[in-house]
Amino acid sequence: MISADLAHAYPELILAIGALALLVAGAFAPKQTTLVGGGAVVLLLVAAFAAATQPLGVAFSGALVTDAAAAFSKVAIYLASAVAIPLGQPWFERRGVKTFEFPVLIVLAALGMGMMASSGDLISLYVGVELHSLALYVLAAMHRDNAKASEAGLKYFVLGALSSGLLLYGSSLIYGFAGSTLYSDIAVAAGQQANTGLLFGLIFVICGLAFKVSAAPFHMWTPDVYEGAPTPVVAFFAAAPKLAAMVLFARVLGDAFPAAAGQWQQVLVVIALASVAVGAFAGLVQSNLKRLWAYSSIANVGYAVLGLASGTSEGVQAMLMFMVLYMIDVTGFFACLTALSRQGRSMETIEDMAGLIKERPALALAMTVFALSALGLPPFSGFWAKFYVFKAALDAGLWGPAVIGLVGSVVAAFYYLRLIKAMWFDSSAGATDRPPVEAKTVAVGLALFAFPLVLVALTWLDPAVAKAAHAFGLA
Amino acid sequence: MALQAIAFYVMAAVTVIAGFCVVSARNPVHSVLWLILTFFSAAGLFVLMGAEFLAMLLVVVYVGAVAVLFLFVVMMLDVDFAALRQGFAQYMPLGLLIAVFLAAEMVLVASTVATKGAAAHNDTPMASGFGMDAPNAEAIGRVLYTDYVYFFQASGLVLLVAMIGAIVLTLRHKPGVRRQVVMDQVLRSPKTGMKIANPKPGEGIGE
Repeated sequence: MISADLAHAYPELILAIGALALLVAGAFAPKQTTLVGGGAVVLLLVAAFAAATQPLGVAFSGALVTDAAAAFSKVAIYLASAVAIPLGQPWFERRGVKTFEFPVLIVLAALGMGMMASSGDLISLYVGVELHSLALYVLAAMHRDNAKASEAGLKYFVLGALSSGLLLYGSSLIYGFAGSTLYSDIAVAAGQQANTGLLFGLIFVICGLAFKVSAAPFHMWTPDVYEGAPTPVVAFFAAAPKLAAMVLFARVLGDAFPAAAGQWQQVLVVIALASVAVGAFAGLVQSNLKRLWAYSSIANVGYAVLGLASGTSEGVQAMLMFMVLYMIDVTGFFACLTALSRQGRSMETIEDMAGLIKERPALALAMTVFALSALGLPPFSGFWAKFYVFKAALDAGLWGPAVIGLVGSVVAAFYYLRLIKAMWFDSSAGATDRPPVEAKTVAVGLALFAFPLVLVALTWLDPAVAKAAHAFGLA
Repeated sequence: MALQAIAFYVMAAVTVIAGFCVVSARNPVHSVLWLILTFFSAAGLFVLMGAEFLAMLLVVVYVGAVAVLFLFVVMMLDVDFAALRQGFAQYMPLGLLIAVFLAAEMVLVASTVATKGAAAHNDTPMASGFGMDAPNAEAIGRVLYTDYVYFFQASGLVLLVAMIGAIVLTLRHKPGVRRQVVMDQVLRSPKTGMKIANPKPGEGIGE
């Protein structure tokens, strides 16, 4: 019985055993950081392959669900994590932080995110959330001689612990009223009678998860953490953890509470609109690009939650598509920021970007693509992402929220265009350093995906996402 | 049965008295020692109920780790306990009120569990769980490594990440720190470890 279960857990096993092996290797040869990093990338790629080819079903008496949605999101999560290693490790080494723990922590974070994406039980939900967030807290503070990074790590840790508390409190209420931690049993209990206790627990779980995806009104930590944490680390935790938490959101709502769809839809619509509004308006006054993109990510998470709020399979499909395309945008943008520096000082404000098109045409062009894509201009990838979300919202009859979302998108266009204007039309602020090759490669590669490769990719992303969305228990 | 009752009353009395002494002891180190006694007698109560695994856990985790940690904190931090005690009489009524509420809630919960909860349907809740005729440490071990192996291993990974994090964020290799290298110590011979000097009177060896 155990061996049959283990066949469902191959990606997890590969990552867990591989992380331990890398840790031992790193402890015995602490100078070989490149080797450990390379091993971690290989590990993540192998795990992604294993996730794509593993048998579908449930294992460990329902705790681990390996359906199409889990496979799809795991592949996306592992690949996004694999990109973070070549992006981050040289950055740290240039700043004199030569640690082999960076790739190991990324692998363990990816493991936790995979567990979140395939959780079928409140306990695996919590363990997965804790595993990935603990690794992220450490990554945020890893540049420990930098006061801002330490502050970011501490802030992230304290507020993250608070949100874990909310999550646990909600889970214990749900367990108390449903009598089980399994999503399938909770769905049965929730379907039998309207139970205020269960709904109370669900609201707490929603609050905890909204914290993890940084949706308003639980977004306060995001700008400070993004600003303080090392740029390549931000590139990592603005992307994959958000997808994992959104899939978890869909799992809890779709698998455990399909009967309470009417109730949680209202909550999600409020969260989505608040996020879009906060992201659009608070972003207008930011001059630091990392803070700006923190607000942009709050707004974008709002759109993903809006897709989920539709409460339909089409909505989940829109959410998955949105998150995958958004992950590429945000990773690419932060890769550009990682690549850019002026006399050894990283360029983080809009003024720093003035005249970049003459200095670094390739990176400026890539940043323009990402900004236009995040803005939602056709034919860039961000447009298709928003197209799916608004279509799902309109089909579910959410006309009002969709219109407000569109208005928020127009408001947010101002700050993306301000960045583009500074890069293309302002006079240059001085020579920039030669960009490191790995960050530039990642940035340009992802920009090429955002346009034009996305048009090709959509033809196979669309059926994959549709298949994944049908795995959830929503109509 | 009579022996069990005597043991229960003795240990319960020790628990309550020691608990009171934790609060009333003047010396904070004595407080921690009383706390350890409280833990031990609570562990004894668990054994009486047939929950020897919980008793073991209480001794190992609370006495072995938490209480020792308290001792370290009490001894290393310079906390002015006299200042902390100020206003004891002033806050006494409010504290007593809260204590009464807490006690009432606990009695309510305990009586509800005993009459309506799981304990009402099971005469020996701890001794033999899961239909197995095994001591409860073994019974817990059996489900922990079969049904719950996924959670168990994943929790282990969470602790591993916490450990890596603590090391990454705090360990510093400062230059000039003299570390103990056992290999060097073992390989030391009279030739390398000894220097014969012939100092002149009143000069000393110097460095």
